[in-house]
Amino acid sequence: MYKNLSARDMLHLTRNLNRRFDQQYAEGRLGELGIPLKRRAGKLSGGQQAQLALTLALARRPRLLVLDEPMAMLDPIARHDFMASVMMAMAADGVSVVLSSHVLAELERVADYLILMSRGRVQLAGDVDDLLASHCLLTGPAAEADRYAERLSVVHTSRGGAQAHLLVRATADEPVPPGWEAHPVGLEELALAYLREPTTVLPGPDRARRRPLRSENGERTEAAK
Amino acid sequence: MTALSVPARPEDDVSLRPVPWQRMGWVTWRQHRATLAWVIVFLGVLAVLLGLAGRQLYSAHAAALAACQSASSPACPGAIIAFNGTNGFLANGFMLQAIPPLIGAFAGAPLLARELETGTFRYAWTQGFGPWRWALAKLVPLAVLLATAAGVFSLLLNWYYQPYFALGNQRLTLEETTPFFPGIFDLRGIGLAAWTLAAFSIGALAGMLIRRVVPAIVATLVAYAALAFAAGGFLRQHYLTPLVTSNLNLPGSAWIISQWWTKGGKFAFSGWPPDRLLQQFCPNGPSGPVGPFGKSKPVAIAECLTPHGYTQWTAYQPASRFWAFQWIEGGWLLVLSATAIALTVWLVRRRAT
Repeated sequence: MYKNLSARDMLHLTRNLNRRFDQQYAEGRLGELGIPLKRRAGKLSGGQQAQLALTLALARRPRLLVLDEPMAMLDPIARHDFMASVMMAMAADGVSVVLSSHVLAELERVADYLILMSRGRVQLAGDVDDLLASHCLLTGPAAEADRYAERLSVVHTSRGGAQAHLLVRATADEPVPPGWEAHPVGLEELALAYLREPTTVLPGPDRARRRPLRSENGERTEAAK
Repeated sequence: MTALSVPARPEDDVSLRPVPWQRMGWVTWRQHRATLAWVIVFLGVLAVLLGLAGRQLYSAHAAALAACQSASSPACPGAIIAFNGTNGFLANGFMLQAIPPLIGAFAGAPLLARELETGTFRYAWTQGFGPWRWALAKLVPLAVLLATAAGVFSLLLNWYYQPYFALGNQRLTLEETTPFFPGIFDLRGIGLAAWTLAAFSIGALAGMLIRRVVPAIVATLVAYAALAFAAGGFLRQHYLTPLVTSNLNLPGSAWIISQWWTKGGKFAFSGWPPDRLLQQFCPNGPSGPVGPFGKSKPVAIAECLTPHGYTQWTAYQPASRFWAFQWIEGGWLLVLSATAIALTVWLVRRRAT
């Protein structure tokens, strides 16, 4: 965005540069957010700038919105508000969103589909629910950890004293060895475990499963970098 | 952050039909009106100063012509010195050579470099208008406007330099300049507009290639200086084949490319006669008065040598070729500018996709 232009000028600019631009929606949205139209974009706070950019993008009535690190420069409250705006747009207007982010904690709340990239390669890709269902966290004696590591497909092992935590690829109803406990895993834990082991690659869904992502309108998609 | 939006179904999407060109008019105006205002203010201030300086020059010229109506007038030498000394810093035009590169560097170079440096290109190039059309719709109108401003300004320069081309200046040893003089040729006619256009285009291209404002400005100044130096020092004299004459009394408006001497049909030496010959044939210096109302020194020297079989040859461009030279130079500068702008637009297109 041009820092020396006012919010109103940015709206005018974007309206001139696009065939479709919902001026009423944009002005209404900025009004709701309390962003003064006369203020220069450079004088707005980081959160307001992000909201202005989002408003400009949404006023074009897109079907797919690509957000590259939208939360990188925002404080926690602005981050929360911004994501709420994005989710509202997804719900109200049926916009699909591809979002890249380092903020793993935010993802569980918003993401339907996760693509985890590390060192320029896709490490993990899949429906969030499927991913969570196909992994679990095993806790048991550290001495036995290596033995199980050979039999189970372990993504990441962490040891704390006598206890070891194995993040394994297995459904929750698979039998657990005696002396071990299985817990469901959270998206943040899962992503962290994979990112700590950048050589572990879970083959992504095959073509048949990937196709709907491109053509199915309205499906929410999330990518985490 | 960046947000970009992509319509999913191109075939039924109205927003994928090109946005009309005229919509960019407001955008270009809104984003560059400050630059244009600065250029107008800069040229306007210069115009006022030149207007005042021009009045001084014109009145000094008129005073010299009036004072020197008779050779014996005691006021004549003083009036000649006064005219020749008026606005000496402008007489050779070199200071005004800075106009095109300044406009090019400060209006052309930041145009794309600032977008790339501050990241605003991510916004500009993801709008429905399309990146290459956006670049073209900015570059062409701005280039035309700036060249027009420079063209209007050069009318004033045309007027300012008139006294130096007046007939009779040579006879009175008033300062006389050929219209081809390197510092003045490209300020008059279409020269200033063409060079401003070239400077702007070079600036835009440099900005796109370098992607940083300050380095792009420096590169524009350097590239422009090199081009202007090459054109004035080497290219311009070859636009048309020079005329060759053995006439000693060339008008002061002729642009002398080279001079050489022959004796008995064979080449003797080039340029100024060696001292040995001058001592032999002109031991007492030239005959007759030299200076106002007399001969110029080169003519007097030549007249010393011609009785001894020497002939002086001069290759020159006559002042009547001024407009031909202007159009040749304007032509290749226009081609150069169009190429630079096309290349810039192509680079935007390549980088944006």
